[in-house]
Amino acid sequence: MTTPLKSLEFRRERERTWRALEDLVARAEKRGLKALPAEDLLRLPTLYRATLSSLSVARAISLDQNVLGYLESLSARAYFQVYGARSSLWEGLVYFLRAGFPGAVRATAGANLLAALWMILGGAIGFLLVQANADWYYTFVGSGMAGGRTPAASTEFLRDGLYDGADTAADMLYLFATFLFSHNAGIGMLAFALGFALGVPTVLLLFYNGLTLGAFLALYGSRGLLWELVAWLSVHGTTELLAIVLCGGGGLVIAGAIVFPERETRLESLARRGRTAGTLIMGAVLMLFVAGLLEGFARQLVTDVAARYAIGGAMLAFWLTYFALAGRGAHRDDD
Amino acid sequence: MAPAVQARARGERRLLTPEGVPLIFRLAPRGERAAAVLIDLVLMHLGIAALVLAFVFGLDWIGIDGVVIGLVILISFLVRSFYFIYFELRWQGQTPGKRALGIRVIDRRGGYLRPDSVFARNLLREVELFLPMTLLFLPSEGSQAWFNLLTLVWVGIFLLLPFFNRDRLRAGDIVAGTWVIAAPKAVLLDDVAAEAAAAGAVAADAEFPFTRKQLEIYGIYELQTLEEVLRQQGPQSAETRREVARRIQRKIAWAGPEPADAERFLKAFYAALRAHLEARMLFGERRENQHARKNGGKNGSKRPPDGPAKT
Repeated sequence: MTTPLKSLEFRRERERTWRALEDLVARAEKRGLKALPAEDLLRLPTLYRATLSSLSVARAISLDQNVLGYLESLSARAYFQVYGARSSLWEGLVYFLRAGFPGAVRATAGANLLAALWMILGGAIGFLLVQANADWYYTFVGSGMAGGRTPAASTEFLRDGLYDGADTAADMLYLFATFLFSHNAGIGMLAFALGFALGVPTVLLLFYNGLTLGAFLALYGSRGLLWELVAWLSVHGTTELLAIVLCGGGGLVIAGAIVFPERETRLESLARRGRTAGTLIMGAVLMLFVAGLLEGFARQLVTDVAARYAIGGAMLAFWLTYFALAGRGAHRDDD
Repeated sequence: MAPAVQARARGERRLLTPEGVPLIFRLAPRGERAAAVLIDLVLMHLGIAALVLAFVFGLDWIGIDGVVIGLVILISFLVRSFYFIYFELRWQGQTPGKRALGIRVIDRRGGYLRPDSVFARNLLREVELFLPMTLLFLPSEGSQAWFNLLTLVWVGIFLLLPFFNRDRLRAGDIVAGTWVIAAPKAVLLDDVAAEAAAAGAVAADAEFPFTRKQLEIYGIYELQTLEEVLRQQGPQSAETRREVARRIQRKIAWAGPEPADAERFLKAFYAALRAHLEARMLFGERRENQHARKNGGKNGSKRPPDGPAKT
């Protein structure tokens, strides 16, 4: 009985294509797609599709386990190269700044507003409580954070705190700036990641942040320094508080995806919205970097109240316009 | 038509490519993922240490302590936050640790691995990994016992999350919509049937004429086991092949003369059986193993529910 071995014929016809793709993929894996010459880069999708079609034919006609396994593995490896992370870090960054980040802020506007509300609520409560009874201050502001700026301190001391930057050595400012940045960015990322616990810790974190802020405002307000404190805060605070609100918003988006999955399964809803929230947080971390620089340098070096307001106001205006307008109409093939 | 994809073992996932051909992936074992993270953590901290040392010695003579300490803080923050993101973007979903273990991150829906997915899945490491690590290394006083307990619970929840879902997703994978899969490299070997079917791609060795009835006894599972036997290398492989040849001869009631070369007999039988089964497959009849119901087949009534697991 003689039956032609179709799968062997099939393999002999196509093997050259597979080997070519294998060679290409191996080189791309080793040195990156960019290292491939242009002609190879052009051949990659063609060879990939040919091999993929071989795979689907082989599944139907071949029982050679080795060929099947080889084609599965080769197709997968080529697939990773063809459909891997498409953009380089640099391209990704440019797209991210031009459209990705402001787009994510707009897409999650509701959550961001909610996060802002929680912080404002915390601020209002902190302010009112400390105004009514200064002892509350010690509850809201830890001693490490207060750094002597307590109700027990003299007005002079408090005032000096707002202008002491002028005589600080420049190298200490640098330390201060980087410390503030990594500290704040850590908190921001935490606010996002804690969204996974249904957002309760996120809300608490925002609320607590607001309480601290409100307590500060009340303390300085009671000494008639409110106007100057706000100037001091606004230099970096407009950027930093916005960033923290965005981090909180990202956390709430995650929480919302778990609690209200709408029509998708929770997993799908998390996967879809989680990516937007991730973009949001990356942007917020960048903002915190800017805030750290402003806080470390600008705030310590610029001691004029009007100039401080000008910087803070300009930053606020910049961010709001950026969020509202940047990247509108820019489109990306997102499912 | 016969099903294009065989019954899949646990831990295998199908992913439809944009071209419409499903690819089958094996999820990465949890142990391998843990090992990859450990490798990455070690590399990361070595990198931080090296950079810090370089800066400390490099800037020592300038004598600006503030700059050095500032740089150290900034470097450790940047490396810690962007190590995974940088490599997963650059190496198509792999980090040095993942590459060492041959695993990678892919999009669960078969599209591009997007930068925002990479950002999201690695930002969550902050709670899954770094926060508990920091807490664990925090000095603990007597009153902090309950706090440490909470930390343990916290670490436990995130550590065990991949054990509580079939897709072995950690929190970051859930949020980013990704899978971590094993991506082994397979090597294309010579076709076992090539020798027997050397001329004209006809699966027949004149010395071993098999009848149709003899070829109808076995199924795909047996064919592929035979393929493995024929590919075996090593001191015992010849003995194994003789034994397998004897068993097959008994089973198919081989009437011809005792073949001198067991391997040649097996190759001829393999080629003939594969040609037969592949031809049947073209007619839409996929016979998974010898127990599958088939007119004339032995043990026709016994049929395992799912066929053997793919090996």
